[in-house]
Amino acid sequence: MADKLHVDIVTVEGRRFRGDADFVVAPGSEGELGVLPRHIPLLTPLAPGSVRVRNDGEEQLFFVSGGFLEVRPDQVTVLADSAERADDIDEARAEEARHRAESLLQQKLSDADQAAASAALARAEARLRLAELRRRRRV
Amino acid sequence: MKNTQQITRAMQAVAASKLRRVQTRAEASRPYADRMAEVLTEVASRTSGSAHPFLTERPIKKRLLILVTSDRGLAGGLNVNAIRAGLTYIRQGEDTVLDTIGRKGRDYFRRIGVPIIAEVSQTGDRPELKDILPAVTVARDEYLKGNVDQVALLYTHFASISKLEPTVRVLIPVQVPERKEGLRVDYLYEPEPEEVLARLLPRYVEAQVYAAVLDNLASFYAAQTVAMRNATDNAGELIDDLTMLRNKVRQATITKELSEIVGGAEALAAG
Repeated sequence: MADKLHVDIVTVEGRRFRGDADFVVAPGSEGELGVLPRHIPLLTPLAPGSVRVRNDGEEQLFFVSGGFLEVRPDQVTVLADSAERADDIDEARAEEARHRAESLLQQKLSDADQAAASAALARAEARLRLAELRRRRRV
Repeated sequence: MKNTQQITRAMQAVAASKLRRVQTRAEASRPYADRMAEVLTEVASRTSGSAHPFLTERPIKKRLLILVTSDRGLAGGLNVNAIRAGLTYIRQGEDTVLDTIGRKGRDYFRRIGVPIIAEVSQTGDRPELKDILPAVTVARDEYLKGNVDQVALLYTHFASISKLEPTVRVLIPVQVPERKEGLRVDYLYEPEPEEVLARLLPRYVEAQVYAAVLDNLASFYAAQTVAMRNATDNAGELIDDLTMLRNKVRQATITKELSEIVGGAEALAAG
């Protein structure tokens, strides 16, 4: 049997693909890369594009929006960013999160609210102590 | 009372099944996190310790805490314990600004007036990376701009269903994971290692926060399962007590009626 590459395509949310391949093509940040078995170890960021996994004449396509390609002689791992990922969208959403916090801060809090807050905490703590006591009594 | 018990029992079952689902998701994110850590270790060993601001320690004047709590309650002491750990962190050290993920922590610290510079909530029971990225991006920017000199992460670690541990960990400067035995790989880097490192570090930080959010969610469902089980048991005890009381009252009434009848009959017989 000819050499095969073990291919893993993973994202932080889970594994997208695992299987053998004769040949893998990936969109490296410095240009498209073709990987055959017994390739030298390589680590490179990925540009948005498609990863092609060819095995026994059949080809599978995966879209990645970025990430990293890690190559070992018998193994190819694609650490892919999630497909929805786009830095400009992230910035906009980060700004939104900041605004939300600011507008929350600007809403003035009355003494009554403060009192309600500490009362709520005190209640919660009392409940905790009670639960603790009850647990001990049962043992 | 029996209705309440049915509700708490149903909530217990729902929480338990959601706990299993979150654990599956946490499991699914492991291959990425593990390989990411290995790769980072390799790259960091090839670059100098000051190759990136995320690796460089600097004197701490101000800190940022990413505080992970749940959006909802009914989870026993989960959030109270996390908030208490947050208070300890804030009191023991330099000025702190918060970046909150989850409503409970946000609401509490807003009320007591700790500055919150960003917040993310309502990430639901199936959070995705993109849901929490805004909070991570703000933390990263604040650090890079020099507004804060340390970013820490606080969440509740799910050790087991009865062991939920509030955990505080420094996120930036990044602690590069120790190399495991026999994993040394001499990569060819494209482009230079420094450039690859600069791209890896933000992803590594994001993956850590994402893992913490899933871990915290597992803790939430564990706490809810336990809280609802206790509530179901308590309801059970109350039902027993009330049933007993009802029987006693009924018996007392019957006894009273009987004695009245007997008394009446005796009075009639005597008369």
